[in-house]
Amino acid sequence: MKIGVYICECGSNIAGTIDVEKVASSVETLPNVAVSRVYKYSCSEPGQAIIKNDIEELNLDRIIVAACSPRMHEPTFRAVLEEKEMNPYVLEMVNIREQCSWVHSDINLGTEKATALLTGAVLKVAEMVPLERKKVGVTPKALVIGGGIAGIQAALDIANTGFLVTLVEKSSTIGGIMAQLDKTFPTLDCSQCILSPKMVDVRRHPNITLLANAEVDEVDGYVGNFKVKIKKNPRYVIEDKCTLCDDCVPVCPVIVHDQYNENLSPRKAVFIAYPQAIPASYIIDPDTCLGIEPLICTKCKDVCGPEAIDFDMQMEIVEDEFGAIVVATGLETYPIENIGEYGYGSIHDVISGLEFERILAANGPTMGVIRRPSDGKIPKTIVFVHCAGSRDPAKHLPYCSKICCMYSTKHALMYKHQVHDGTAINFYIDIRTGGKDYEEFYQRASEEEKVIYIRGKVSELIQEENQILVKGVNTITTETVEIHADMVVLATGIVPSEGTLEISKLLRLSTDINGFVKEAHPKLKPVETSITGVFVAGTATGPKDIPETVSQAGRAAIRACNILSKSELEVEATIAQVNEILCRGCGICVSACPYSAIELELVNKYGHSFEVASVNEAVCKGCGSCAAACLNGAINHLGFTDNQILNLIQALSEAYE
Amino acid sequence: MSYEYIKFGPEEKEFISKIEEISGQNIYSCYQCGKCSAGCAFSSRMDKTVNQIIHFIQMGQKDKVLQANTHWICSSCLTCSIRCPREIDVAALMEAVREYILREEPEKVKIADLPKEVIEKLPNIALVGNFRKMTG
Repeated sequence: MKIGVYICECGSNIAGTIDVEKVASSVETLPNVAVSRVYKYSCSEPGQAIIKNDIEELNLDRIIVAACSPRMHEPTFRAVLEEKEMNPYVLEMVNIREQCSWVHSDINLGTEKATALLTGAVLKVAEMVPLERKKVGVTPKALVIGGGIAGIQAALDIANTGFLVTLVEKSSTIGGIMAQLDKTFPTLDCSQCILSPKMVDVRRHPNITLLANAEVDEVDGYVGNFKVKIKKNPRYVIEDKCTLCDDCVPVCPVIVHDQYNENLSPRKAVFIAYPQAIPASYIIDPDTCLGIEPLICTKCKDVCGPEAIDFDMQMEIVEDEFGAIVVATGLETYPIENIGEYGYGSIHDVISGLEFERILAANGPTMGVIRRPSDGKIPKTIVFVHCAGSRDPAKHLPYCSKICCMYSTKHALMYKHQVHDGTAINFYIDIRTGGKDYEEFYQRASEEEKVIYIRGKVSELIQEENQILVKGVNTITTETVEIHADMVVLATGIVPSEGTLEISKLLRLSTDINGFVKEAHPKLKPVETSITGVFVAGTATGPKDIPETVSQAGRAAIRACNILSKSELEVEATIAQVNEILCRGCGICVSACPYSAIELELVNKYGHSFEVASVNEAVCKGCGSCAAACLNGAINHLGFTDNQILNLIQALSEAYE
Repeated sequence: MSYEYIKFGPEEKEFISKIEEISGQNIYSCYQCGKCSAGCAFSSRMDKTVNQIIHFIQMGQKDKVLQANTHWICSSCLTCSIRCPREIDVAALMEAVREYILREEPEKVKIADLPKEVIEKLPNIALVGNFRKMTG
C-alpha cells in the first residue's frame, strides 16, 4: 500500500494557525506513507497536478488530503482520482480547517490536533476498499406543489424544457397571493395583468396537468422515483361543462365571506374566486352549500343550463410517479390579532396590508375606491404601521419580512394617487429598499407624493369616536407623537403557509426555527433541500418579493430538469450495507433511519424464511444512524466501517493519552 | 422627551409650502440621513440639529422650528448644501426659515434701539446683512 498525504495551507486559513510543515514531517514516517507534501492551495490546478504526478510516478493507491471540509472539496479530489483511473473512494479528506485552524488560536494545540487527525486518517485508509456507485432509473416527470407565482413559473419552465409536469394546487384556482394584489412595486404593474397570461399558459400547456382543489396526500420513494398520492377534492361542478354563465350565483341562498377579498365582501356557496381564475370553472364550497349531504337545496343545479352541477361528485385519488418535486407552497400573513395593542379585530378601521390591497383593487370589495370598512367613508388621514409582527423576537416574528417597507410605500403612494388632499403617514423602524429601482420608488413616494415617513414604532391604537388615535414616537425629533387617523393599515409580517408546514412534514424536509423550508446551502444551494430530488421555490423558504420568487422558481425548474434529463442517476456509494447473516430482523434500524431508507424484507434463504433489514440504496444518505443503532453490528457503513472508525479512535486516543 | 400632536391642517400646510416657496427646495426630498448636521461646523452651538429642523418642517411643526436657534447659528457656509445626497440646498432652507420669521416680524431687530456701543462693535457686514434679511 502506498499512501500520498497532501496538506493544504489554504493561504493563511490553515497555515496561519497550524504548523503545516511540522504536521507533514510527523506523518511522513508513518507506515505505508509514500509521500507527504505541503502546498499553498491544493484545490488549485497546480495543486491537483502535484497529486496527479505523484499517483503516476509513485504508484500511489490511497490519497489523503488534509484541507477544508469534505463538503467543499471532496468532489474536486475524487475527480482527480477518477482522472487517474483510480477508484474515487480511496480518498480521505481530513478537515484541518473548520475543525482545527478556524477553531484554535493556539498554534501548538492546532498543530497537535491536525497531526492526530491525520495520523488517524493514515490508519483509516489502510482499511479502505474501492466502492462502486449504484444506478437508479428516472421517471422523466415533475411534480410542482403549490400554484402561486413560484409554482406557476417552475411548472412552465419545466414544461417548456419538454418534460411533463403535474401542478397541484390546494385552492380552487392557481394564482396564489399575487392574484390578490392590486399593483406591484416598483413599476406599479397591475398584478393580475402580468400574472394572468402565465395562468393561461399553464392551462394551455400540453405538458402541464393541473390538479386544482387537490392536495398531496402521500409521498414515497426517492430521487428519480417518487411515488405520490394526490387527493383531488370534489369540485361539484364539472369543469368541462361549466360555461361561466354565472346563472348559479344569483339563486344560491348561502352567503359567506369571500376569502379572495380577505373576507371584506360576501360571496355565495357556489362561486368562482375571480373572473381570471384557472381552472375556469365555478366551484361549490362543500362546507356551506346546502346541496351536499344532506341535500336541502338544488337551486343552482336547477338553473344550470349545461348541467354542470353534480352534488354526488366524489373525492378522487390520483397516483403517479415523478422524478423530481418542486415545493412552492408559499406564505401566509402573520395573525396580527396577536398584537393586542394594535386592536386588529376590535377596531374596524385597523386593517391588514392584504386587506388594503383588496380595497385598492378594481375587482375588490369597494371597486377600487379607498373606503374604510366601518362607514365606507374615504379616509383623509391614513397611517401605515411598518413591522406589524416583524422584527419583534420578544413576542412575534424575529425576522424582517422583507417586502413590507416596499408594499407600505406602494400603498401610501396609491392612496395619494387617489386622495390628493389626503395625508399618508408611515411609521417605520428602517426603510429597507434592497431591490432594483426600489430606493428610487421610495424616494419618489416622499418627494413627489409627499408621503410622510416618521421613524419610530407605534405603541398603541385606540378607537376615539370615529377616528383612531395613533400613539407613536418620532425618534429623529425625539418627541412622542399622537395622530388622529381615519384608517390604519398594518404592514403585516409573513409566515410560512399551513401548506408549507404540512408539505415539509410530509416530505421530511428540514425547516428552520420559524417553519420555513431550509435550503441545502443558504448561498450556493438556495433551491435544494435536505432531500435529494426535492427543490423549493418562492416564499416557502422565507419572505421574498415577486422578482426573487420568479428567479428562484426558474432555478428550481433547472435543478429538477437536471434530474429529469438523465436516464439514470448515480447514487452515493458511502451508504449502509446489511449483513444478512448477522441481521436478526429486530427493526431498530428502521426506526433509527431519518430518511425511511430501511425496511424489513422477508427472504427465503438457507432453507428458512426470515425478515432482514433491506436498505434502499437510492434513498440512503449515508448518515450512519442505522450502523450505530444496530445491536448486532450487522450494518456496515461503507467508507466508515467499524474497523476504520476504530483505527481513527485508536490514533486519537494515543495522541491525547 | 417632548410631545407633539401631529396634524396636517391648513396652517401646517401653509407653513410647509411657504418654506418651500422661499427656498425653492422640495422639503420632502429629505430622507433624514443627517449628513447636513454631521458636517455642520456649528452643530454643537445649535439646540436642534439641522436635519431635525428639516424634519420639523416636513411635519408642519412650525412652533418647534421657530423656537430653535439653529437657523440663526447657521453661517451659510454651504457645506451642507454641497454634501447633501438628495441635492437639497440646506443653507437655502435655513435662510428661508430666517426670512419666514423676518417677514412675519419685520421689526424683530430695530437698529435704532440698539445701544451705540453695540452698533460700534458690530462689523458693517452684520448691519448690511440685517437690512438684507429684513427686506428679503
